[in-house]
Formats: sequence, C-alpha cells, structure tokens
Amino acid sequence: MSGPGTDPRAATAGDPTPTRRGTELALLAFAVVITLAAQCIVDLTVTDSLSPELATFGTWFTALWVVAHLVVRRFAPYADPLLLPCVAVLMGLGLTMIHRLDIAGDQLGGNSSGEDAPVQLLWATVGLVLFVAVLVVVRDHRVLARFAYTLALVGLVLLAIPAVLPNSEINGAKLWIRVAGFSIQPGEFAKICLVVFFAAYLVDKRDVLALASRKVVGLELPRGRDLGPVLLAWVASILVLVFERDLGSSLLLFGIFVVMLYVATERASWLVIGVVLFSGGAFVAYQVFGHVRVRVDTWLDPFAYVDTGGYQIVQSLFSLGTGGLFGAGLGGGRPDQVPVAKSDFIASAIGEELGLFGLVAVIVLYLVLVERGLRTSLVVRDGFGKLLAAGLSFAVAWQVFVVLGGVTGLLPLTGLTTPFLAYGGSSLVANFGLVALLVRISDAARRPVAPPPATPPKLTDAPTEVVRP
Amino acid sequence: MNAPLRKVAISVLVLFTLLIVNVNIIQVVRAQSLRENPRNTRVLTEEYDRERGAIVVAGNEVASSVSTGEALDYLRQYPQGPLYAAVTGYYSVLFGNTGMERAENDVLAGTDDRLALRRLGDILTGRDPSGGNVELTLDPAVQQAAMDGLDGVTGAVVAIDPSTGAILGMASTPTYDPNQLSSHDPAAMRAYADQIQPEAGSGDADPLTNQAIDERYSPGSIFKLVVSAAALSTGDYTPETTVPAPDLYTLPNSSNELENYNGESCNGGADQSLIDALTISCNTAFAELGVTLGEDKLRDMAEAFGIDDEGFDIPLPVSGSTLGEIEDDAALAQSSIGQRDVQLTPLQAAMISAAIANEGELMKPYLVKSIQAPDLSVVDQTDPEEMSTPVSADVADELTRMMTSVVANGTGRKARIDGVQVAGKTGTAEVGTTGDDAAPHTWFTGFAPADDPQIAVAVFIKNGGQSGTEGTGTGGDVSAPIAKAVIQAYLDGQGAGG
Repeated sequence: MSGPGTDPRAATAGDPTPTRRGTELALLAFAVVITLAAQCIVDLTVTDSLSPELATFGTWFTALWVVAHLVVRRFAPYADPLLLPCVAVLMGLGLTMIHRLDIAGDQLGGNSSGEDAPVQLLWATVGLVLFVAVLVVVRDHRVLARFAYTLALVGLVLLAIPAVLPNSEINGAKLWIRVAGFSIQPGEFAKICLVVFFAAYLVDKRDVLALASRKVVGLELPRGRDLGPVLLAWVASILVLVFERDLGSSLLLFGIFVVMLYVATERASWLVIGVVLFSGGAFVAYQVFGHVRVRVDTWLDPFAYVDTGGYQIVQSLFSLGTGGLFGAGLGGGRPDQVPVAKSDFIASAIGEELGLFGLVAVIVLYLVLVERGLRTSLVVRDGFGKLLAAGLSFAVAWQVFVVLGGVTGLLPLTGLTTPFLAYGGSSLVANFGLVALLVRISDAARRPVAPPPATPPKLTDAPTEVVRP
Repeated sequence: MNAPLRKVAISVLVLFTLLIVNVNIIQVVRAQSLRENPRNTRVLTEEYDRERGAIVVAGNEVASSVSTGEALDYLRQYPQGPLYAAVTGYYSVLFGNTGMERAENDVLAGTDDRLALRRLGDILTGRDPSGGNVELTLDPAVQQAAMDGLDGVTGAVVAIDPSTGAILGMASTPTYDPNQLSSHDPAAMRAYADQIQPEAGSGDADPLTNQAIDERYSPGSIFKLVVSAAALSTGDYTPETTVPAPDLYTLPNSSNELENYNGESCNGGADQSLIDALTISCNTAFAELGVTLGEDKLRDMAEAFGIDDEGFDIPLPVSGSTLGEIEDDAALAQSSIGQRDVQLTPLQAAMISAAIANEGELMKPYLVKSIQAPDLSVVDQTDPEEMSTPVSADVADELTRMMTSVVANGTGRKARIDGVQVAGKTGTAEVGTTGDDAAPHTWFTGFAPADDPQIAVAVFIKNGGQSGTEGTGTGGDVSAPIAKAVIQAYLDGQGAGG
C-alpha cells in the first residue's frame, strides 16, 4: 500500500477538484436517449406502432437516473462520473431487449413471453432505492469494515439457503429461493457481503499472509497455517458446487477471493495456489459429479449434444452467427429462439440484433465500468477501500467474463447472470448495491484531502501490529 | 497494493480481449456456417415470414404463397401441381427447393440484386419485403397436350420456339404433386415422399427426376439428323446424293454385321439417295456414311448442335449430352445411328430440330421470360441469345426438306397434320436384350410448319417401343402422335390468338 506521501491526491489537495457531475449528467442523458431510441425502434420494427406504454417507460426510466444523479450530487459529489452512465446504458439495453423479447413471445409464440420488461423496471426501481439507501446511510465506506464478520455470516447464510431449502432447483442448479411468488437468487447478495468481509479480513491479515513464507521450487509459499483462509474459501466454494450444483457461483467466489488475496499480499504465489486448488477441485468434481461432466462435455463439443445439453449453447451460437457483423437490427432477428434469452442468454440476443459491433460495445462498457472501479481502487487512500473497490470491480469483471464466456462457448455454461443486462430482480438490485459502494469509494478517492480525519484509517480493526517499512 | 492492482487491471483487459476475440470468431469467421447450419431455423423462418414471389405461366400463378398465420407463415401452393411439377419443382421445409424454386430462389425470395431498389423502397416504407415473380415461357396448351400424351408412360416432351429458344413446354412423367412436398406437415411430407419413391430395383422412374433435362438416353435414329447435317455441310452431298445402303453392313475391322430395323432392306441393297435413306431411316446407309465422314466431322457437328458433354442452365441445370468415346470405326458406325455411347437429353433432341427450323441458328433455350417486381412491373426479361450456328441456312433448308419427307412419306407419318407441313425424324433406340427394360426408347423430334417454323418439339418415351413388332413399337408409332398433338395444340392457340 502506498503511504500518504505517495498518494496522488495529496499533492492536489489544495486545488479545487472538479466534481465532474456535469459530465455525469450529460452522459446519463445520452444513455437515456440511446435507450428510448432503441425502445422506439423495437416497437416500430416489431409492431409498426409506438406502444402507449413507451411514454410511461420513458418517464420512469428518465426519473430513475435523475434521482440517481441528484443523490450522487448530494451525497457523493466527487464520485467517478463514468460509473453511473455505464450502468444506465447497460440497464437500458437490457430493458429494451427484454421488452423486445416480450413482444416476440406474444407475436410469434416463441420461447419467451409475458410482460417481463415492466417487472424488470420495477426491480430497477427497487435497486435504485437500495442505491440511494447505501449512499445515504454509508457516508464513509470504512464504516463497513466494522460489520465485516456480521456480513460474512449473512453472506454464508445467503449462500447456504438454496442448498437447504427444498424446491429451489431451476435448470439443474440450486441457486434460487422462492418468496411470495418471487424467485430470489441470494447468491448475488452473498457475493457483495463476502467481498466486504474479504476486504476487511485481508486488510487485517495481509501482513501476516504476505510476510512469512518459504521458497519451494522458486515459488514463495506461505506457511502452512496461513493457508487456513484460502483453504476455507476453497472448501466453501466446493460446498457450493456440490450442494447447489452451481459451477458459476463457486468459480466466482473463489476467483474473487484469490484475486483479493493476491492484491492484499502482493504475493503471486497465492494465485498459483488458488489455481492449483481450483483445478484440483474442478477435476475431482468432473470425475465425481455427472452434472459437471455434462457441462464440460457439452462445452467442448456443443454440436455433438445438440438435442440435449448442448441445445442452449448451440442456439446461442446460431443467434450470434446469424447476427454477424452488424446484426439483424433491433426487432429484426429471432433471439426468442434461444432458450432463456431474457436472462442467461441476453448477450446472444444483443449479439443477434445489434451484431458484433453491439456486443463488443457492451463488452467495452463493462470494461470501462470495471476499469473505473479498479482506478478508484488505485487512487483511494485506505487499504480497506482499496481492497473493497478492487474486489467489487473484479467481481463484476469476473462475472461478466464467466457469463459471456459461457454463452459464447469460451467457457462451460454457468447459471450466473449478466450484471445489469439480464432479466432478474435479485441480480439487478444486488448490483445496484454494488455500484453504490463503488460510487461511495470513488467519492472518497477523488475528494480533496480536507483537514486530516479525526481518526486514522488504520484504526478500524487491527489486532495484529506488524512493523512496516 | 497498487502494483498487483495494476496487474489485475491488465488481466481484466486480457480477459475481455479474449471475450472480444472469441465473439469475433463466432460472428465473423464462423458466421456463415452457423447461419447456414441446417439446425438453425432462423433463415428458414425468415424466408417463410415473407411472401415468396409467384411462378407465372401465361398470366396464371402456377406457384404462389398464401399466408397461414402459423409459425411458418407462408404456405407454397401449386394450383396445377402435377402439370408443371417438372419445371416448378417444390419448396419444402423438409427437403429444400428444387426446380425453378431453387434456380430462381433469389428472385422469388426477394434477395436478387435486380430487386434491390424495390427492397430499399420496402425498407423505407416499412413494408415487409416480398419476393419477385418469375414469368415462364411455357404455353399452357402445349404443356397440357404434352402431359396428356405422356399419360401412363415414363417419358418427356420438350417444345421450343425455334426463333427465340423460349421453351414452350417441358413435361416429364411420372409426375408428382409438389403441394404434398411443400406443406408444413413434416409427417405427411415424409409419407408422400416415401410413397412416390420407386422401389429399389424395380426399375421404375423417380417422379422427382426431370426426364427432359436430368437424364440422357440413346437417341437412336434421330441422331441421323446430325449425320445428315455433317454430310450436307461438307458440300459434297445434297439430299439427292446417293449413298450405299446395303441390307447388311459389316462393321469395319470386325465380323459383326449391322442390319436395318427389323432386318428390312432399304432399297433392295442398291444405293439410295440421302433423303430416301432418312425418310425410311436406313441404318446401314447412315452407319457407312458416318464412317465415310469420319469422327472429327461428326463430333464437330454434334458439338455445334450442343452435344458437347457440358451441361448448361435454362436456368434449371441441364445434363450434358454426349457422343461418348468413339474407339474405332465400328463404334463410329454404331454411333452414327444413335446407338453405342451416344446419349441425348430430350431437350437436346428438341434443340436439334429447333436449330434446323431456325435456318441453322441454335438459340439458347430458356424458361424464364421475365422477372417481375411484386407489383408485376417487369424488372428484367430474357433476351434471346444465339448459342451456335451448326449449319448454314442452305443446309438447314435441305434438312427441312428431308425431314418433311420423313413425315410426309416415311417413318414419321403419324405426325402428319392436315393443312400443316410437319418436318421430323423418328428414333427407336435399342437399349438391352432382356426383360421389360429391353423395350426400345422411342423418339420423335421435329418442327412445324416446315415453311414457317413456330414450334420445335421432341418426344421421348422410355422403353416405349416393342422390339420386332412391326407397326406398333417404333418412334414413329409411339412418339410421333404425341408430337403431333403438341404441335397442333400450339398452332391452334396461335391461330386463335391472332
């Protein structure tokens, strides 16, 4: 960690730092215009007329971002101006695609149907409420470190719920719970809770984990007893894999933990250990569990299983291939032929109708979002904030990679959702919370260093004192 | 922590680059194969979402699409299915497209470049683009007469307007109902396809084969027209030039002897004029004449008529007619009477007559008269195109005189029409020695009126003759009457029309 003396913000402390809220507003307006234009195109192409609901949608969608912007302006004036607009475009595109699939379901009797876009908009509103709540309640992200162990417990419970409850299996994976007619994916919330815990825990123990080591075959390995936490995380992720049959969450959580461990300790050996452990676990899982073997086999040659396990991925590839370079145009393709196009395979729908250019644009949007998050992590002054921002950003990156890799055949399919884009309330709400945290940290990162804080950042929770250079 | 953070940032960049590269591979490199994968129903349903253009004969749609409102919206219908099946083909979700549905698919589907402007208009006005129409050159009366004539047999009739090459009739039997193969009910389509498929080994013809252009058969004596054309073109012969016409012709360098049809004598063994030899279809005379002319002259003339082993498109693909390898003079003698390895498509047989009828100029046969936009405005039309000039106008006149004699006095008498001079040539091709397949193929090719040719026709019937039964089993007996009916149907129509 860089000391206060090397912090880039420290030098500019005296200058008036621009808040860049105007930039954010302009970009948000752009995002809203893109979304509304896309909605109009969908309606005109598919139904030859603009639906009256479009006005309601437009007003509501615009209002969401106006509120979000005002809240950021008031409660996090120095926040990174790109985070929110990226989310707005992704969510707008997602809503448009879901709306488009709604119509396709009504018109063509395809796989999709119903009125899911309004529901998704409602979930976005709930997400916004969470976003506002986080920004209003959590005025300083360092406060979260105090609740690290509580959040860890909450996270583990959320993670374990689907395994314990009956009737939670959807599409072969147990990652849902059903409450009052709604399907909730608690894993999405568990992810955030656990990242907060990891950040707090690792910032505490990082010196111990980094310091003591011995060399084995050119690699600096930690002491055996320090392997505890990583083994624990590994066991937890294996348990998720075994009891919830959820390859995605397992891969996601373990990946996040290992990367955060690496960032905290600056020891590449943790990465190696992580990869070895996961590979071992995955290999055993492949040998022992039929559902893992099926996933992997269909990944290797989806066309050989076109009528069974490979059906979804093959349909997804057809969708993408037919879209080609420029896509069929919004409303011009048949993305409804891909199963679960609104959630798991929404990226295929975008690739089919907006083409390679559209899909790459979406990937780049995620990249901007993630890299802005990582930049926040670089700039923010406290270790907990650094780790938290890094963990949250990497969580998004890793999840996007695993999901998009899955639907494009690069990786085995997992049950993870595409953040902000895919239909699904829990994912949307949880990711709004995640972005709220990133906004909060980026505000702290860019805020000029005013009078020195009353309490030094390191005092949060520090049982072990280690001599630092 | 900043150093590993930077590495994480770069790793994320690498991961996302991997994603982008992979998406590029799928959407660019593999796009074509994924799009055309038979399991990908997108292109198909898109095709069925549009109104496919109609195939039109004389103002009537013989293939058209009607909306059903189902998932596969437009259903292809053929109001006179079996009558035009040889030309229209079918349009099947299950079996793909054949015939004109395949050859002119771009126009019918609306993707042809010639319809591009129209398509742009559709896009601008937001209409669903629909396909263009294909207007055929066929004449309904000719087609009907041809199919009536072929009722119950395996065979083909081709009729051509000799001055343009426009195909007036193209019939092939046995026929089938394209409606049954173009429905949206896979089970019914499969059942029908199984039902019309001949039993393996039965020797029956496959209805899905277009006998007029897909298959080639021994032409027998109609090939004597090509030999006559080669002889007259040398300048050394006129129709009155006498040639040896022995009762038996001993094949060169062989002890095998070639005899005339049914072992008859041509002129009591004496020399015979060319016109008489053709009139009674004297085998020995033409076998020896072919040998006298030599392979080169014969092959050159055959190629000029289009018999060059190479297929062409009308736009349906036509199999190439062939002389085959001619190893020696014995083979040349047999080839000269249309036996051995000489094989013609019925269309090729009609082309020989058409060229002679058109003063020696062979016009390229074509089936598509015009391409119409969905609003019936003509977007493109076929201009008659000369294919070759096998014989001079003088030679064509001499050949016409000889062919007129065939119908007036010779083997083609059953093609005679009151008040119309018909020119023609019969053929009865020996094909085997045993069983049902041993029956000879019967041919007739000719044109009318001889002095002002308006229609050239070829009639082929597979195993239609009866070996050795005088008066009932030759091309003159079986095929000539069908040719007569077809010619009459057309001339009647022309007369009524103007």
